[in-house]
Amino acid sequence: MQFMLLFSRQGKLRLQKWYVPLSDKEKKKITRELVQTVLARKPKMCSFLEWRDLKIVYKRYASLYFCCAIEDQDNELITLEIIHRYVELLDKYFGSVCELDIIFNFEKAYFILDEFLLGGEAQETSKKNVLKAIEQADLLQEVSHHEACIAPSGNAFLTQHSSFLIHEPTLNSHILITRNMCS
Amino acid sequence: MSPSVRLQEMIRVIRSARTQGEERGLIQKECAAIRAQFRQSDNGARTHNLAKLLYVHMLGYPAHFGQMECVRLIASPRYSEKRIGYLGAMMLLDEKQDASLLITNSIKNDLSHSSQHVQSLALCTLACMGSAEMCRDLAPEIERLLGASDSYIKKKAILCAVHIVRKIPELGELYTPLACSLLSEKNHGVLHSAVVLITELCERNPDTLRQFRKTVPELVHIMKGLIMSGYSPEHNVAGISDPFLQVRILRLLRILGRCNDAASDAMNDLLAQVATNTDSSKTAGSAVLYETVLTVMDIRSESGLRVLAVNILGRFLLNNDRNIRYISMTSLQKIVQTDHTAVQRHRGTIVDCLKDQDASVKRRALELSLALVSATNIRTMMKELLVFLSTCPPELRAHTASGIFIAAERYAPSQRWHIDTILHVLITAGGDVRDETVPNLIKLITTASELHCYTVLKLYRALITDISQQSLVQVACWCIGEYGDLLLKGECDDIEPMQLTEDDVLDALETVLQSHMSSPASRAFALTATMKLSTRITNNVDRIRSIVSIYGSCIDVELQQRAVEYNALFKKYDHMRAAVLERMPVIDKSSPGDTLGDLTGEVTKDSSLSKPVPGGSTLPLEPASQAFDLLDLLGQTDTVPEASHAESAAAPDPAGPSTGRDLLDLLGGLETTVVPSVTVYEKGGVSLKLQCDSQTETAVTLTFTACNSTQNDITKFTLQAAVPKSIQLQMKAPSGSVLPAGGHSAITQTVVLSNPSKTNLKMRVRLSYSNQGMVCQDTVQIDSFPSPAWT
Repeated sequence: MQFMLLFSRQGKLRLQKWYVPLSDKEKKKITRELVQTVLARKPKMCSFLEWRDLKIVYKRYASLYFCCAIEDQDNELITLEIIHRYVELLDKYFGSVCELDIIFNFEKAYFILDEFLLGGEAQETSKKNVLKAIEQADLLQEVSHHEACIAPSGNAFLTQHSSFLIHEPTLNSHILITRNMCS
Repeated sequence: MSPSVRLQEMIRVIRSARTQGEERGLIQKECAAIRAQFRQSDNGARTHNLAKLLYVHMLGYPAHFGQMECVRLIASPRYSEKRIGYLGAMMLLDEKQDASLLITNSIKNDLSHSSQHVQSLALCTLACMGSAEMCRDLAPEIERLLGASDSYIKKKAILCAVHIVRKIPELGELYTPLACSLLSEKNHGVLHSAVVLITELCERNPDTLRQFRKTVPELVHIMKGLIMSGYSPEHNVAGISDPFLQVRILRLLRILGRCNDAASDAMNDLLAQVATNTDSSKTAGSAVLYETVLTVMDIRSESGLRVLAVNILGRFLLNNDRNIRYISMTSLQKIVQTDHTAVQRHRGTIVDCLKDQDASVKRRALELSLALVSATNIRTMMKELLVFLSTCPPELRAHTASGIFIAAERYAPSQRWHIDTILHVLITAGGDVRDETVPNLIKLITTASELHCYTVLKLYRALITDISQQSLVQVACWCIGEYGDLLLKGECDDIEPMQLTEDDVLDALETVLQSHMSSPASRAFALTATMKLSTRITNNVDRIRSIVSIYGSCIDVELQQRAVEYNALFKKYDHMRAAVLERMPVIDKSSPGDTLGDLTGEVTKDSSLSKPVPGGSTLPLEPASQAFDLLDLLGQTDTVPEASHAESAAAPDPAGPSTGRDLLDLLGGLETTVVPSVTVYEKGGVSLKLQCDSQTETAVTLTFTACNSTQNDITKFTLQAAVPKSIQLQMKAPSGSVLPAGGHSAITQTVVLSNPSKTNLKMRVRLSYSNQGMVCQDTVQIDSFPSPAWT
């Protein structure tokens, strides 16, 4: 995959992941043109189109367009499945995801994408494993952030020198509460 | 306070801005605050400041002042800060920025971090935006991680290696030894990544490819496991067990089996199994089947398997899902040349797809339909295509029209049908046909001598109905001029007779001359036609004289010149008028200037997949049409001056008497000079000469002439040519495929090379022919090309 774009029906960009090196200006130009092209398509049309020398695979979920650019040798139908898998991951994570979730928690959407795709290719084909990895990473983030907030007289578990490895479920309830507030 | 709230608050505020200006103001304020905070290095808020900046960046505002902050955050010991720092790096830094090199060291350290999540961040960033230098520096680290025991890190390291190989192909050697052993992994994530890595290595290095061929049995085994395994909740997608992995394995098998019989044999059974057992009711299954079909078509599979694959594509064509129909037509397009009969079976469905709503589906259906036209189905197909032409979207019209012409040219069952078809196209879409249609149609009409009456009556009718289609107008005017006498006779077997007076005909021509819709070329045609009628009609010659003299002072220089010349013909050269305006002889159809011929030669590129060149020539409009008209005046019949040369089929005799020849000399220069030609191949009595017709900065036109000096006729003579990747090649139709014995006549074929990057011209040509039942094939490489007769 060369890049993935998420944009609304009004053409506002919600997420952009580029796997090829391009200047900011080029990225903006491509985004603008592609968004225009895809938004001009009628609802019942084919999900594939040829644009410049790339194949574009797009699908609309509610008010968001998920658009991927793949190369000639890539399989378009499996790319549709990749898009669908990403949506399922978002849905599981946010609980019935909608566009607002992605707007207000865009960095989390990126984190999830980075656990699913790496360098433009799928890295994990099991939904369960991706979600587990993100959960662990989120937990780690809470731990380390909490560490940053509280003074050196912190909980025994959370010393300055703690390795960032997850200690299993015997975590401080305080941390569990902060985690629930944020997700 | 929860960390994200401040970010979310800012997002809410920005979204509530009612105008673009208000938004800009808010953002400027926020950015100023963020910049100030960056300078302070306030520990607690660093992550949300960067997050806010990334949001602003996504809206399209400049955020480069955040780059150093990303570098700082990546170096921080805290995971939360690293996480957002790396995200920022992937969004704000790309390999073109200098700051990207600064994070190389941090990445290196993090790759050896004790926490796998930190390692994962570093791997992800490297695979996303790692530049060539960064990759070179960190390649050994990645190699070490490929041996990690933890599958979580291993799969990421493998994909990182894929990125490195893409950036620096030579480093592939570093990862090749480890890649082999990765196929024995059980973890699907690792397996999937491993297959991607091996695919990448094999695509870049043919030696590696040969090495990995021995993994085919192992891959087959893994696939079998996937298909036969029962329901696995972890990897199941719509009844298919891990379609992502299946598709990747099939793709790797395709690369390994290409051009190799042993490998192809080893995977035959598996492919048949996948093709029959996969349930294609959902997209996942269709994806796997699609990949299977692509693989079957590309390797050396047995014919039964190929038929199975084509049938799968046929089934796809009937699928309700438009995406699948589109996919199947794309694949059928690739194989229509090689498996023509198999694809023909699905012709009905393809033709139905012409009526689909979606423009992309229509386009695919059109290309396939044109490829499927053959001598047996020409009448039915043409009906469908003509219906399509009248309803198709405007962007497809030109392509449809040219496709119809090519098909008609190749398979026309009768001349009358051919003329009717062309007329129909001109009437429906005359504005979209290419300019060379007009001379070609005229040529066709002159050859159909028994149909002259029919043709001219039909054209006349079309002309008086509608004079907006320029091509139609031009052809009609020409015919009326040529065959005006037949028109006035009015009777014809196949068509309803019309009683016309000379005035009616002259009225029609004058309407064209005076209409604002007529292009200058059309008016030129009309004027010439009017002039020609002066010898074919009896009563209204004075009217013609007056028309001609009026245009002697026309603003259009071309028209004026003609009118003055015709005037002179009336006054000073009246004795020659009859001879000059005599009926033109049949134009030689086999002249090399035949530009509408189909492209029969296949262009073979470096990859083994040969793509058929699309039907439809794109020769730029030559000044031939104007030259043609000038020649018209002289009764000369040589159509395209640039392509004719001494060795072509016998040059047509000028019809006029010796006085006509004197006029010829006046013009001079249009007759050909002998152009140097080079013999590039000579063997077994067959010789191939190459001649350069014209050469511009970026394009060369060549003509090949083949001659046979043996005692026997040579049949099925074809030429195929291959050129370096940066050059585009277009082969026109050969003049024939039979070389009679004794060198009586030759086959010529024109080739147009387009060379925008001005690389050295090199060409490899393969001749194949049948001599006394034996099929001979030979290849010759051409490195130097003769210069043209003129620049």
